[in-house]
Amino acid sequence: MSEPVSGPAERSWPLWEVFVRGKRGLSHAHVGSLHAPDAQMALRNGRDVYTRRQEGVSIWVVRASDIVASSPEEKDSFFDPAADKVYRHPSFYEVPEDVEYL
Amino acid sequence: MYGNDVIDPNEPLNAAETGAYDEALAHEDRREQVGGDFDALITADQRIEPRDAMPEEYRQTLIRQIAQHAHSEIIGMQPEGNWITRAPSLRRKAILIAKVQDEAGHGLYLYSAAETLGVDRAELLDRLHNGKQKYSSIFNYPTLTWADCGAIGWLVDGAAIMNQVPLCRCSYGPYARAMIRVCKEESFHQRQGFEILWNLMRGTEAQQAMAQDAANRWWWPALMMFGPPDTGDAAKGGHTAQSMAWGIKRFSNDDLRQKFVDMMVPQAEKLGIVLPDPELRWNEERGHYDFGPIDWDEFWRVLRGDGPCNAERIVHRRRAHEEGAWVREAANAYASKHADELKGSAA
Repeated sequence: MSEPVSGPAERSWPLWEVFVRGKRGLSHAHVGSLHAPDAQMALRNGRDVYTRRQEGVSIWVVRASDIVASSPEEKDSFFDPAADKVYRHPSFYEVPEDVEYL
Repeated sequence: MYGNDVIDPNEPLNAAETGAYDEALAHEDRREQVGGDFDALITADQRIEPRDAMPEEYRQTLIRQIAQHAHSEIIGMQPEGNWITRAPSLRRKAILIAKVQDEAGHGLYLYSAAETLGVDRAELLDRLHNGKQKYSSIFNYPTLTWADCGAIGWLVDGAAIMNQVPLCRCSYGPYARAMIRVCKEESFHQRQGFEILWNLMRGTEAQQAMAQDAANRWWWPALMMFGPPDTGDAAKGGHTAQSMAWGIKRFSNDDLRQKFVDMMVPQAEKLGIVLPDPELRWNEERGHYDFGPIDWDEFWRVLRGDGPCNAERIVHRRRAHEEGAWVREAANAYASKHADELKGSAA
């Protein structure tokens, strides 16, 4: 009972990230990941795993290794440029209260 | 982004159990420095996401818990799968197939969440197959009659929902998100189980006896699903305090068990089923139902491997995996052939 029973074949299946468009008018959103040998199988498995109850009208699968992500350790410096620009928000501006539609 | 970004994909995946462990220790200092972020996020009841720094024990606790949870879903396909060919009508068969397919799906959501912590699904399956990781001991009991499918839906899935709803607010983002999906789907599981028993209890005397017998056998194991006592004196031994401090667990085992009993007693009355506990009665002072002592010796015995179906479950699981090997190999062969063709046409 101690020998692993998974062959090397399954271990080499790449990881795919799955994105689902819930309905028309919404963008695709990340729902999870799965393993599959190729893109077509990833799509089919994605359908079976993530849309059994009509949760989607369209699926994207992307190889996880192809995604480039920002690093959480750099998040302060990376997102810093936006922190001190409050004038990008409408609430920054003082306008008279009795002006309509502004 | 999820999945393989915690550890270099070319590295052996579980750093804690391979040679990469020493290397991971070298990063301990860096983790200490950013540890403040982790504590601040936990204190603020914010979610921890895959690429955030986190204490190694937090990561290991989650891997163990999520993996056991995933294994339970996968092994949980067997007791009810046993009745698919013998379901009493086409309607019941279709429902049962959908339910068992859901359990497979739940297992996959959870393996997907576990992989964001830097383990590989194949490695987790190995650990299930060689007995190094456990699954819920409830699935080591047999499904002797059709009424057992009702009792599993009503009691076992009912207890699972009670356990899982608080996990939707678990501090680890991918686990919490997986649990939201699982809980939405479990609700159908519990209702179809109740409906099976509801129909049996309105049937012949033999059908009523069958429903009662199933409830008799599943009631106590369902109460054990919440885990050993972890309040009062029993709080010292277990992991509950730490898991609660980390926001992985939101309620103690004992609190959830009490909630479950309080929820199930009126439902049993409605069904006309007598729960097999002579000490079960309303306690005005506590505002809860009192219930009799649980046989924890039985719980530990079954968990350690000496339940009615332990060996059968793992043998079946390994056989299904081994007999599916040719499908995985064929898919692989097709994928590489297709990839070669694409390369050829591009050239």
